Amino acid sequence: MSYMFTVSPDFSPDRLSGWYIFNTWMQRQLGVDIHLELYDDFCAQRVATYSDKIDLIYANPFDAAMLVREKGFLPLVKPKDQLDEALIAVSESSPIAKIEDLKANVKIGMTEDPNVNMIGMMLLESANLNNSNIEKTVYDSYVLVAKSLLRESNEAGIFLAGAFDDLSNMVKKQLRVLLRSEIEEIHHSLMVGPKLADRRDEIKAFLTGMNQNEKGQGVLDSLGFKGWDEVDDEEMEFMIDLMDTLAT
Amino acid sequence: MINDMKAEDIVGEYKEVTLQLYKVGPRKILYTEIETPFPEGKLIVSTTDKDGNITHVNHAFIEMSGYTEAELIGAPHSILRHPDMPPAAFNDLWDTVQKGEKWQGIVKNLRKDGGYYWVKATVIPNIRNGQVVGYTSVRRKPSSIVVDECIKLYPTLF
Repeated sequence: MSYMFTVSPDFSPDRLSGWYIFNTWMQRQLGVDIHLELYDDFCAQRVATYSDKIDLIYANPFDAAMLVREKGFLPLVKPKDQLDEALIAVSESSPIAKIEDLKANVKIGMTEDPNVNMIGMMLLESANLNNSNIEKTVYDSYVLVAKSLLRESNEAGIFLAGAFDDLSNMVKKQLRVLLRSEIEEIHHSLMVGPKLADRRDEIKAFLTGMNQNEKGQGVLDSLGFKGWDEVDDEEMEFMIDLMDTLAT
Repeated sequence: MINDMKAEDIVGEYKEVTLQLYKVGPRKILYTEIETPFPEGKLIVSTTDKDGNITHVNHAFIEMSGYTEAELIGAPHSILRHPDMPPAAFNDLWDTVQKGEKWQGIVKNLRKDGGYYWVKATVIPNIRNGQVVGYTSVRRKPSSIVVDECIKLYPTLF
């Protein structure tokens, strides 16, 4: 029997090979065939999940609710010290000095990343902005959002904080962060579907011990992670409840 | 457990009033006109049991309320109740969440030092195995326009 693994499409392109290395490592640990399928966008990945094609997923917090409550997925682990935060940035030369300077009909660049956009809109809410009074343009990557600010196609951009930090220094120098979220409660999670649920404890054990041997640490390095921390059911439920409060 | 507010904790000139807190009883409130701005980009997060007693608070909650974590855990959430908030708002909150639904509103919260801060609060029931086991409350920075509307509206609801 073979299984399907996928990764939330918001991963950094630099980590593409890392996920393939991780998948190979997982297959060796579990002794089963696992195919890594990477989807171009969030919608295609959700269609695959709804069709019960996915058995293992590195999921963003927005999708975690659907995975747990509708598809019977269970949390395994989260990456150590990696939280999902969002930020609002403008061009360095922009006259906008603070979030309240953004006014109705402002042009905002963003990706399709659902949890980042949700947090970003929460940051904009205090400036009396919402989905009905901003002009949104959606891009395929955060690099393209950054370029749209430099070309002045947009007045502000919503970024995953980690993706912004990974932009080249040359690009970052031309941008300015107006506001960065400090939620400290939201994270991606590796989750297991019903077909692999009976091996959950075994998978958790080898993932949380991964940083204690050289080979495992090498795989983690390729993903840019220090290690994995266990996520229990209540922690996941708490995060889903919290995401639910942010949805409106 | 909740105590009356103490004059030595209050910063600035204050007024005094006694509030009847839901499921708690009377509490002497000392309050000032000093506003603490909501911390940019943060969320204030807490959970309570089914009776509204606090079971978890995050750092932003501790920072904004002015209480220590030890003072907050086990205290009723109404420790934050400000006298300018109309009782009807909290009746609506409890009616809504006890039906298993999400409640949202703009709330003026009371600090330990007698000051206040405005929040956009969302409260949802924590449903585990089909049963409500408690509530999660998340507060974020509200729109200034909406706060201005509430400042005008709330005094008319008493």
